[in-house]
Amino acid sequence: MTNALSRLLETRDWLLADGATGTNLFNMGLSSGDAPELWNVEEPEKIRTLYRGAVNAGSDLFLTNSFGGNASRLKLHGAEKRARELSRISAELGREVADAAGRPVIVAGSVGPTGEIMAPMGSLTHAAAVEIFHEQAEGLKEGGADVLWLETISAIEEYKAAAEAFALADMPWCGTMSFDTAGRTMMGVTSADMVTMVEKLPNPPLAFGANCGVGASDLLRTVLGFAAQGTERPIIAKGNAGIPKYHDGHIHYDGTPELMAEYACLARDAGATIIGGCCGTMPEHLEKMKEALETRPRGPRPTLEEIAEKMGGFSSASDGTGDDGAAPRRRSRRRG
Amino acid sequence: MSENEDDIILSELDDEELVQQMMDDLYDGLKEEIEEGVNILLERGWEPYRVLTEPLVGGMTIVGHDFRDGILFVPEVLLAAGAMKGGMAILKPLLVETGAPKQGKMVIGTVKGDIHDIGKNLVAMMMEGAGFEIVDLGINNPVEEYLDAIRREEADILGMSALLTTTMPYMKVVIDTMKEQGIRDDYIVLVGGAPLNEEFGRAIGADAYCRDAAVAVETAKTFIARKHNQGVAS
Repeated sequence: MTNALSRLLETRDWLLADGATGTNLFNMGLSSGDAPELWNVEEPEKIRTLYRGAVNAGSDLFLTNSFGGNASRLKLHGAEKRARELSRISAELGREVADAAGRPVIVAGSVGPTGEIMAPMGSLTHAAAVEIFHEQAEGLKEGGADVLWLETISAIEEYKAAAEAFALADMPWCGTMSFDTAGRTMMGVTSADMVTMVEKLPNPPLAFGANCGVGASDLLRTVLGFAAQGTERPIIAKGNAGIPKYHDGHIHYDGTPELMAEYACLARDAGATIIGGCCGTMPEHLEKMKEALETRPRGPRPTLEEIAEKMGGFSSASDGTGDDGAAPRRRSRRRG
Repeated sequence: MSENEDDIILSELDDEELVQQMMDDLYDGLKEEIEEGVNILLERGWEPYRVLTEPLVGGMTIVGHDFRDGILFVPEVLLAAGAMKGGMAILKPLLVETGAPKQGKMVIGTVKGDIHDIGKNLVAMMMEGAGFEIVDLGINNPVEEYLDAIRREEADILGMSALLTTTMPYMKVVIDTMKEQGIRDDYIVLVGGAPLNEEFGRAIGADAYCRDAAVAVETAKTFIARKHNQGVAS
């Protein structure tokens, strides 16, 4: 299979992805609670500006403004019938910007979670989830996305449903999960669980990894967890620029560009190939990350202590992997 | 482990053993066993409020602590909450009849633009399990929805949830509107959601940020107790 991302990965040993979508759009005037995806039609120039921000800062790959562009989430805004159209336009705008860059830049069609819990625990059936993801995938494909990019997923079942939908759309893809609960996803998935799941998929992603979550330290620990499984598949690291704070009516993430530069190099040393930011990561962060990746030498795989020292402590003592005796265990019950 | 053991017959256990077993069953999310246990205790003459507090609230407290400590995750807590709901369905009408004490009333909902309600539902279930009355507004709530509900329901607590960077600032819109209308201090405002943190909660003017459902219950109890104390003092 040949696609723009595979070709780029053959020639480079790291790629810089993009930063935040939501945080950047806020700065351009998006109101809290409004659907960012509607701006693909209403404010296309602002979306081009968002994409150009990443490309001009040196990103090799950026995500389209379609994170919430599935029928399940657009329903809130009465736009559930527009999932395919809004996704298509997000990719068309991306194509324009990428093709004008003068170097290979990958348009990655962002696909976020449905927001529903899947059966049997919740009400969303596998078939319905596949249909929702497939519709969005076709839109992104029509708009010219190079790859599809699943992100911020918590449940194995939802990741698998998206993978199946992407096979139906016959598209190469990448997919990250959000490890935001004691080093696991909120559904309890560990980094090791994710590697096992990914390798068993009939159409595995070109690259997999982690995005968002809580702070850069936790994300780096997750990357170490992936690498410890000995996977050959490229690993994606897209961490938040610190934690959100509220200043003068604006959300501001407290991670500085210098800190994110440090994070980028640590992510590469930890084993990540595709490195970017998530919430709070602005073009000025990306520039510093790029500069650091280009100029600083690779180092040995960092230890947890080194990560904590440079990036701050972890949100939990353990992330549920390894045979750490201190890891919390489920109580033994008398039956069940 | 216990697969080879004979099934435990709940009705043959004495009260103390049964309560322990029900707490275990709640932890394991066994709804039918919980319903059976609730009925047995009621038949033995237990006050509905005692059935609620000892095995059910007691059991959910353990679930809450293990959720907080990263031992249990959302799927297990949903199962436990489902079992709890089974027990509550039996107890609710009886609690109303017997005039059991109430902790307080909470209006809860996910903010405008946000569909994510998993955490919010957990908070609602755990709060209900702890004896609070819950009015759940669901997802995608504009400011008017929240304000109408807290007035109409004469709520003690307003709970708001957001999971996205793009929706969390909306909590401030709601709190600012409450301030404008001079009603901010009439309510306890609790906020939660994965991207939030304590400082953010304070900066937008909430009374507290609750990092998970277990903390939400503890925080709500503390604030209600404080409110009652103030009531006595004044």
